[in-house]
Amino acid sequence: MEIPYTISTRPDTGLWNAKVGIWLFLASEVMLFGALFSTYIILRTGSVEWPHGELNVPLGAINTVLLISSSVTMVMAWASLKMNEWGKHRLYLALTFALAAIFLVNKYFEYKEHLVEGQGPWHDSFFGIYYTLTGLHGLHILGGMIVMAYFLGPGARLWKKNPDQFANRIEITGLYWHFVDLVWIFLFPVLYLL
Amino acid sequence: MHSDPAEVKKSVRAYISVFVALMVFTVITVAASRFHFAVPIAIAIALVIAALKGSMVAGVFMHLSHEKRAIYGALLLTILFFIVLMFVPLLTNLDQIGVPR
Repeated sequence: MEIPYTISTRPDTGLWNAKVGIWLFLASEVMLFGALFSTYIILRTGSVEWPHGELNVPLGAINTVLLISSSVTMVMAWASLKMNEWGKHRLYLALTFALAAIFLVNKYFEYKEHLVEGQGPWHDSFFGIYYTLTGLHGLHILGGMIVMAYFLGPGARLWKKNPDQFANRIEITGLYWHFVDLVWIFLFPVLYLL
Repeated sequence: MHSDPAEVKKSVRAYISVFVALMVFTVITVAASRFHFAVPIAIAIALVIAALKGSMVAGVFMHLSHEKRAIYGALLLTILFFIVLMFVPLLTNLDQIGVPR
């Protein structure tokens, strides 16, 4: 059975189905991260003192730059498909994947630095919520990388068979990726700077 | 959503401009934190800049500036419930049940 409205738009929503699907998924993600941000507020307002300067700000800032750059390369990967430039699309998607990988490597070294000093999630409320928020965000990065690896590998075959559907798949991958970037835009000041 | 190649080409310029703006705002966020403002002011500055950056990502990269009504409807509901979530901590602070007067 053929999946309906993968390219053409549904008359009632004016959208192709996967677009509706990804936005509803992202809405649920807003609530997931929202609940954890709310937890952060409860922990912070309820504590007698809150640590400052515990995290490596330059490394956090570098990771912010990496994720913002990866958002641009992701949107360029989609735009290249729309302009029928397959080679550029591959380059931009591979760059997005590489930037995401560097982000995770940085995060690994950051975690290691703290764990060596005994600052694990058990250390205090700050590190508890820090590992929860950044760990969940890191898992989202990993999830995005798995999807990108699929489109760099076997998933790329769809371009020859059905270029419009492939471009739509890259678009929704991008929507997810920009959301992951957006979450980090809030995580960075909240955890590293305030 | 643009699907015409000429339109997409025009959007590419917007993507680059937003990229530059996001970088500038990141530098401002880090620089502002070095001034050691009072905590409420520091929180306000950081969150306003983060909200500006977030709206640029959502509006331009995620194409929300020209999306269909069905998506705006779903997101409006999401924002509403997100605001409720952010007020939960306040409700717990106001809860005086079991607290001796």
